[in-house]
Amino acid sequence: MISIRTYKRVESLEEAWQLNQQRSNRIIGGMLWMKMGQGSVQTAIDLSGLSLDRIEEREDGWSIGCMVTLRQLELHEGLNRYTGGALREALRHIVGVQFRNLATVGGSVFGRFGFSDVCTMLLAMDSYVELYRGGVLPMADFLASKYDRDVLVRILVKKTPGKYYYQSVRNSRTDFPVLACAAALLPLEKERGESGGEYRIRLSVGARPAKAMLLEEGGKRFQSLITEEEARDFGAYAAAHIPTEGNLRASASYRTHLTGVLAMRAALKLGGKA
Amino acid sequence: MLINIVLNGKKISSEIAADCLLLDWLRAQGCASVKRGCETSNCGLCTVILEGKPVLSCSVLAARTDGKRVETLEGLQQEAAEFGAFIADQGAEQCGFCNPGFVMNALALFRENPDPNEEEIREYLAGNLCRCSGYEGQLRGILNYLVWKKEKGKKEEAQ
Ligand SMILES: Cc1cc2nc3c(=O)[nH]c(=O)nc-3n(C[C@H](O)[C@H](O)[C@H](O)COP(=O)(O)OP(=O)(O)OC[C@H]3O[C@@H](n4cnc5c(N)ncnc54)[C@H](O)[C@@H]3O)c2cc1C
Ligand code: FES
Ligand code: FES
Repeated sequence: MISIRTYKRVESLEEAWQLNQQRSNRIIGGMLWMKMGQGSVQTAIDLSGLSLDRIEEREDGWSIGCMVTLRQLELHEGLNRYTGGALREALRHIVGVQFRNLATVGGSVFGRFGFSDVCTMLLAMDSYVELYRGGVLPMADFLASKYDRDVLVRILVKKTPGKYYYQSVRNSRTDFPVLACAAALLPLEKERGESGGEYRIRLSVGARPAKAMLLEEGGKRFQSLITEEEARDFGAYAAAHIPTEGNLRASASYRTHLTGVLAMRAALKLGGKA
Repeated sequence: MLINIVLNGKKISSEIAADCLLLDWLRAQGCASVKRGCETSNCGLCTVILEGKPVLSCSVLAARTDGKRVETLEGLQQEAAEFGAFIADQGAEQCGFCNPGFVMNALALFRENPDPNEEEIREYLAGNLCRCSGYEGQLRGILNYLVWKKEKGKKEEAQ
């Protein structure tokens, strides 16, 4: 457990940002990850007095405060209707209800953890990170960025039309994922002269065990009905293009095999016959 | 720093260190049911109810619970005894160390979802580890308890 000298519930984001510029101070989210570390913190900066524990729906999407818990997201009706339950599926295996009542979205995204179900899912969505000083960044750019001392204020999710899928493989229930896979089936904009009705699949793979990444689709297009053969090809393409590594949970080749299977299932689930 | 917590219905003011964990604070108040079973926020043994929601008391700063309501097993004796009898009937537990956290989270489940099915029970209690049993006895005990509670409710309605 880390040691903490003083605890400060800040009254503004500016105050949080100022305090956070000192290396010895740290923002606490749910503190679950931080707690496992060692070392001493001069001032623990608590954002829980800033009403950032809310999910707000707007016409074009949702704004999710950094202090929203994983459990709040898991139970959110609007977001789960929009994702067809995929968001809930991404979250419900993380440790336990009591854990998810504490773990925050802000800490989960800021951590950019390789194993993160949260980052894997958000990356498949049209989502953005709002930083106090750094402005709004697409999720992919944020995940690729270096750790700095900015304050993560909100996650923004746009209501882009699409269908979602999520599946993870775990060695045992509540353990970290061996591989995590999220996908979105997105209708392509009708271009002039084209008949429309075409789709692309945005595939995000995490716990490789490195950070979640998007598949470079190489221009793959699907009709509204995806055949088994197309799904199998898509799986093989994903397995060939998503790098994996081995660690104590699984070998690289097992992860690559799983990538192919989960990508195929995603295609079938999203576009196959019911 | 000074905090005010409503513990099992009683308001308590207390001077604490900034990094005092809720678990340690509760034990210092005499709530011996609250135990630590791991260092990784993984076992569920330390479960208490904070503002109506089950949380891991090992992972919450006491400072953050200033002004909030906390319930532990000590405050839920009657409910816990009624429910616990059904677990005991199954001989579900061996050492019993996991029991307080398990009971707290089960009671939290019944508050949130009074009529859970088997899958919902498994999912809600997945974060409560038991090293001795295979969870099957606990599941049978819960199902029996739910049947008993329903019948009790019907009888009370009829009267
Ligand atoms: C035992 C264990 C098992 C886990 N299993 C899984 C799993 O299976 N799948 C999964 O997806 N995740 C898992 N996680 C990760 C977990 O879901 C959270 O993502 C993680 O705990 C971080 O969230 P937190 O709220 O606890 O953040 P904290 O631990 O409080 O913070 C994490 C980091 O983010 C910084 N930070 C927090 N909030 C902000 C902010 N608003 N602005 C700037 N910086 C901020 C902190 O300073 C710290 O550096 C696990 C974690 C643990 C401890
Ligand atoms: S002591 Fe194990 S989760 Fe709290
Ligand atoms: S009975 Fe021993 S840990 Fe559960």
